[in-house]
Amino acid sequence: MQAEQQQYSFEIVKWFAYMAVVYLVVGTGIGVYIASELAWPVLNFDNPYISFGRLRPLHTNAVIFAFGGSTLMATAYYIVQRTSGVRLWSDKLAWFTFWGWNLVIVGAVISLPLGITQAKEYAELEWPLDILIAVVWLAYSFNFIMTLSIRKVSHIYVANWFFLAMMIMVTYLHVVNSLAIPVELFKSYSIFAGVQDAMIQWWWGHNAVGFFLTAGFLGIMYYFVPKQANRPVYSYRLSVVHFWALTFGYVWLGAHHLQYTALPDWTGSLGAAISLAMIIPSWGGAINGMFTLSGAWDKLRTDYILRFLIVSLAFYAMSTFEGPVMSSKTVNALSHYTDWTIGHVHAGALGWVAMVSIGAIYHMVERLWGTTIYSVKLVNLHFWMATIGTAIYITAMWVSGIMQGLMWRAYDDYGNLAYTFVESVAQMHPYYAMRAAGGLIFFLGACVMLYNITVTIRKAIANPSPQMATAASI
Amino acid sequence: MSNHNSNEPVTFQEKLEKNIWALILATAIIVSVGGIVEIVPLFYLDTTFEDKAHPEYEELSGVRPYTALELAGRDVYQREGCYLCHSQMIRPFRDEKDRYGHYSLAVESKYDHPFQWGSKRTGPDIARLGGKYSDAWHIQHLRDPRSVVPESVMPRYPWLDDATINGPGIEKRLKAMKVLGVPYTDEEIKSAAASVEGKTEMQALVAYLQVLGTMIKFEPGRDYRD
Repeated sequence: MQAEQQQYSFEIVKWFAYMAVVYLVVGTGIGVYIASELAWPVLNFDNPYISFGRLRPLHTNAVIFAFGGSTLMATAYYIVQRTSGVRLWSDKLAWFTFWGWNLVIVGAVISLPLGITQAKEYAELEWPLDILIAVVWLAYSFNFIMTLSIRKVSHIYVANWFFLAMMIMVTYLHVVNSLAIPVELFKSYSIFAGVQDAMIQWWWGHNAVGFFLTAGFLGIMYYFVPKQANRPVYSYRLSVVHFWALTFGYVWLGAHHLQYTALPDWTGSLGAAISLAMIIPSWGGAINGMFTLSGAWDKLRTDYILRFLIVSLAFYAMSTFEGPVMSSKTVNALSHYTDWTIGHVHAGALGWVAMVSIGAIYHMVERLWGTTIYSVKLVNLHFWMATIGTAIYITAMWVSGIMQGLMWRAYDDYGNLAYTFVESVAQMHPYYAMRAAGGLIFFLGACVMLYNITVTIRKAIANPSPQMATAASI
Repeated sequence: MSNHNSNEPVTFQEKLEKNIWALILATAIIVSVGGIVEIVPLFYLDTTFEDKAHPEYEELSGVRPYTALELAGRDVYQREGCYLCHSQMIRPFRDEKDRYGHYSLAVESKYDHPFQWGSKRTGPDIARLGGKYSDAWHIQHLRDPRSVVPESVMPRYPWLDDATINGPGIEKRLKAMKVLGVPYTDEEIKSAAASVEGKTEMQALVAYLQVLGTMIKFEPGRDYRD
């Protein structure tokens, strides 16, 4: 371990990993608050800075870019060093990405509650922050690529392909979708309008999911599942197919967000057709991850970190089945504009992205600090809180979403609409309360993790144990 | 992994795995395809906009740029994140026609930088809200939604009454829109600041809400989408 600490830059990984857990708590905490605002609107308190419309972008930015981004940077820096057998190409550039990324997050925390926004979902941050994001992202990608270019092994490991695809695609997406003409320091207008802006936004929107939240996290899966299970990846051939099919296919899916809209029909239908086909690579990947456990399923009984990783793959398989179903035109006519979409996103975000990250972070903390986790019981408690919280959340949204869709289209015997819109709103109340409760359980689980990891790190720093260090490095 | 001692040819995949630059290039090409196929045609196909596909439908030329006050209101709409709960995109279904009105056309949002179609209906669609309620109703509703719709979960927006629109700022915004291709005349830009003089954000937002979906006077029975 001592040698490893000198060979690799782990300090940067430690900081990003710890901040990821902090942002998980912050991002899900804001999520619980805005979920509660929908159930009990009095919580808006007539205060502009905490009203739903301004906090919701803060929630999405905090979980996607603060938590997701920090996790991706921690894991990419960790994986690329360990699978290439070399130290990061540049420590300085890595620290620049750490402070730059956190500066973006501070900027988001200040600007979004002030209502400074480009009003494009998941791309709300105004142009000065957009430029900073682009610079930091390119620095991150460049450092990663240069590290691969000086690697000491002949093959580039599969996890790195996925990170690479994410870096390239997110650069495209962020740059094109954020093209805007600045009017003031904190106000700009998108250079695209109407139907073209809609298509570009959802090309961005769905690939923020497909590349930032899927390809990157599949990179995490391809490294940490085999490591934690101590088995090789189930199938090399499947991972090759998985990679190319996923990177080629995902890009097309944005159009399924715009079916039956003023977007030309051919575009929406094309998006829906490719969406259906995407079941194949998605399930190929999920199977590749799960079957890595072949012959070692018993580990799930005792290894709580492995549980997070495997359950994340189950949620991944579930939401990548649900997604194509929802993109088919018949289902989409019902599900679009409803809470079902919110439920689907959270099946992916809580069940897949957060769980695989949590597993990876617990795994890394033990190795980075050369210790064992402070309390395995608390990891187990966290596992159940995360799983139950996610299940409650998505169930509430399934019920409310399908109910909304059915109420909106219902007719009475005389050919009149059976319900006014606000009757559907009133019917949502119990499910919005239930969603807030599910989210709260997930959030409290994240608090348990922060506590557990903080104590683990403090103990490791106060009392470095050479035996532990040796054990961890094996 | 392949066996390096065999006589098998090295596959293309294996070459990529050993050459980071080739892998970057191949990936960059593969991820470009979908976006190019779906996005680029929207900029040149005449069928994208209904007024290009059907120049004979004169009502479609009714779409005009927003007035200075409406644009100011639209900026407030974006600032408050209204698009997160209200869509502005009516789909061609019977129930949506009965509830909201005529389905939305692409040409109706051609001056919308950025588009505000939305993705969620926590509240109702408002693509054709204009003219459905009085200004007084909107002001009351924005100050206290539950005073007119008891079951509503919308936040209250009392602060919109306290802020006034910045005239010179609006002039700059119209100019920026003109750079982006929105056909504002020089007079409109010159008179922009004066036209919003003393108006509150509440008045601006209501002006915007009252124009939504009203620019085209639809001819009954016409099919605008093929």
